[in-house]
Amino acid sequence: MFDRLSDGFNNAFRKLSGRGKISESNVRDAMEDVRTALLEADVHYEIVNDFTDSVVEDALGRDVTKSLKPGEEMIGVVNDQLVKLIGGDQPAQPGVPKVTPGPTVVMMCGLQGSGKTTTCGKLAAYLKRQGRSVMLAAADLQRPAAVDQLQTVTEQVKGFPGDGTVTCYAEPHKVAEYGKAVGVAVGVCQRAMGEALKQGVDVLILDTAGRLHINDDLMGELEAVKKAVPPHQTLLVVDAMTGQDAVNSAKAFHDRLGVSGVILTKFDSDTRGGAALTVRKVTGAPILFIGVGEKLDKLEEFHPERIASRILGMGDVVSLVEKAQQEVSEEEAEVMAEKMAKGELSMDDFLKQLRSLRRMGPMKQLMGMLPGVGQMLKNVEVDEKQLDRLEGMVNSMTPAERDDVKVINPSRRRRVASGAGVKPEDVSGLVKQFNMVSQMTKQFSGMGMKGKLDAAKKMQAGGMPGIEGMPQLPGMGGKGTTKTQSPKSRYKKRKR
Amino acid sequence: MKLFKSAIAKVKKGLAKTRDTFVGGLRSILIGRRLDDELINELEARLIQSDVGVKTTLRLIEGVKKAYRSGTMTTGDEVLEYLKDELKALWPAQDRELRFATSGPTVILVAGVNGVGKTTSVAKIASALRDQNKTVLLAACDTFRAGAVRQLEIWSERLGVQVVKGQEGGDPAAVAFDACEAAITRNVDVLLIDTAGRLHNEASLMRQLTKIRDVTTRKIEGAPHEVLLVLDATTGQNAVNQAKSFTEATDVTGIFLAKLDGTAKGGVVVAIHDEVGVPVKFVGIGERPEDVEPFDPVAFVEAMFEDEAPAARG
Repeated sequence: MFDRLSDGFNNAFRKLSGRGKISESNVRDAMEDVRTALLEADVHYEIVNDFTDSVVEDALGRDVTKSLKPGEEMIGVVNDQLVKLIGGDQPAQPGVPKVTPGPTVVMMCGLQGSGKTTTCGKLAAYLKRQGRSVMLAAADLQRPAAVDQLQTVTEQVKGFPGDGTVTCYAEPHKVAEYGKAVGVAVGVCQRAMGEALKQGVDVLILDTAGRLHINDDLMGELEAVKKAVPPHQTLLVVDAMTGQDAVNSAKAFHDRLGVSGVILTKFDSDTRGGAALTVRKVTGAPILFIGVGEKLDKLEEFHPERIASRILGMGDVVSLVEKAQQEVSEEEAEVMAEKMAKGELSMDDFLKQLRSLRRMGPMKQLMGMLPGVGQMLKNVEVDEKQLDRLEGMVNSMTPAERDDVKVINPSRRRRVASGAGVKPEDVSGLVKQFNMVSQMTKQFSGMGMKGKLDAAKKMQAGGMPGIEGMPQLPGMGGKGTTKTQSPKSRYKKRKR
Repeated sequence: MKLFKSAIAKVKKGLAKTRDTFVGGLRSILIGRRLDDELINELEARLIQSDVGVKTTLRLIEGVKKAYRSGTMTTGDEVLEYLKDELKALWPAQDRELRFATSGPTVILVAGVNGVGKTTSVAKIASALRDQNKTVLLAACDTFRAGAVRQLEIWSERLGVQVVKGQEGGDPAAVAFDACEAAITRNVDVLLIDTAGRLHNEASLMRQLTKIRDVTTRKIEGAPHEVLLVLDATTGQNAVNQAKSFTEATDVTGIFLAKLDGTAKGGVVVAIHDEVGVPVKFVGIGERPEDVEPFDPVAFVEAMFEDEAPAARG
């Protein structure tokens, strides 16, 4: 999401690094591009000015102009300042604190449509995974069907993994038209608290109605809720696509409620996400979580240093490794590595890998985490459908064929093709590609560290079958050379 | 614009107060001031803070600077007139009218990313059309989000209009199909289709939207007559990407700019005009069904220079 910021910085520093030694005016010139990049990323106008000033000051203080590699040093300065701005004093323990006696009360607040109810569900699923018991209180009595939504979300959370439990406290009969139920939420929250104490749950999450920060009555209602059921955490839910106005809403919520943490939603969009910086600066509260998808397990802890390094185009390898660890156990990885070393990779293994890779998230998002790749992929559309087609082909193979692709003769190839709804050429293409990749991985695992690096460099320079050739894979051309899936199976994907 | 006349009358009263603030805010910035570098800088800050984007800001500022240097523009009043003319020219009145079918039901497809206010906006359009004595049928095609179908159903009850709904988790295109059939057999004037929120960078979800559109085209000639993209006025430059992607997927014919009753200026629609060329047709200015009005470029540009967080807009 911070791709565009990275682009801006990269351009600025390319200018710097091309120049060798730099002067004060060079630094200021370069920061002009950074400034534009930040503004285009929706960071608030004044925060941008403050930021660029502090970077220039810091840079001149360190005397980057005398440095041999001023560009690199400037990246360091910008990075430091950025981490300081977004990260600051992140809590040592991310997430929702445990308190005794319980429950920990978490109040969610924010503008309409920022994603509070969905985030409540995600937070509950996150806590369930930690083995904690959660009660969700439906304190949004304004928006039609908001209570139904929270109840449905609660049922959905029950299906997610973890030893924790989740319940929903709601008073559906209290729902009223907009503006007519102001204040009723206070009583609902109090009774939810009573119920939470009785049941002895660990965490009580209050899902409040979305409201405009300039609506005095509704902001007053939140203050009353806060007084009646003092929360341990007051979390502001902010849409990551928010523009310059983030400064106004964040300030109003913070002034009246004292925001203790921020959750950024819709982080999986292609927003440049400058609002993150704005909200962080205005509230001084740490960004605790980011929402990265519609499904209820799509909530991640926020890591400022990684986001900052992504801004600087350094990728986010740490997140990628973490995601991989969630999906693939160590033993599995070892078995796989051994097979690769021996060149015994089968189609089944390929399918397994493809599937766990896809479970980690959309391909484009994953690739964006790799240093450098994010830039290259900026305009490349990674079509997940093409991957469906690959899966379809492997699924249409018999166990014997998956074990050893060499047995695939023209007749088998026709069968596989018709099973997957593709052309026989596509199947041959896949087999060919598969052979090349398994050959390559065999060589690859035989090398020492130096050899691997050299090979990797060679790949980057051009001509690696596995990556370079990927766009030419059958069914991956993107131009609809193959028959697409039936509407039915396409629709299934949406249901998730 | 005939259709929304009564709606306009209703909001005008409320807006009178707001407009005063617009002008008041404007006055303090531009009116009665001599044009100089300081004022130009101030103007730049205001434009950026209204979300019109860096590119558009530079274009507008460049125009002012040029006129300033050549001496053809010397006062803040002239700057204001210049900006008004510039922005008014972007959205000619005829582009902003709702398109209706010449015969048979008019189909309006409503789309947008998650949480922008699609369902509320659908209710607002339905309410205005109903007030024009048009028969309205709502189609609840958001079968994905929990409670979404129920939300539209509640609106239909409150507004006294009909609704066609599918099962939660059902195929939205199938609901659209049923709704088109119902619109024909019940002989309604307007079919309003509410769809699930979707991020514009989710290729598969965008294809699903195209499919919904195609289903209506197959069932009703010329449908959809209008594809409204709902944008959240608080959204920043990402709204440009949204407009691009949704236009690619469904040929958006107009923008419904929601949540303009806060402090957000929604200036990104200017950038959208520059890059996508889709006209803004309506603005949403509150939670109630009558809180909608046709887009007025002059009021809009004046509001862009309004001071932050004016009490009158609450």
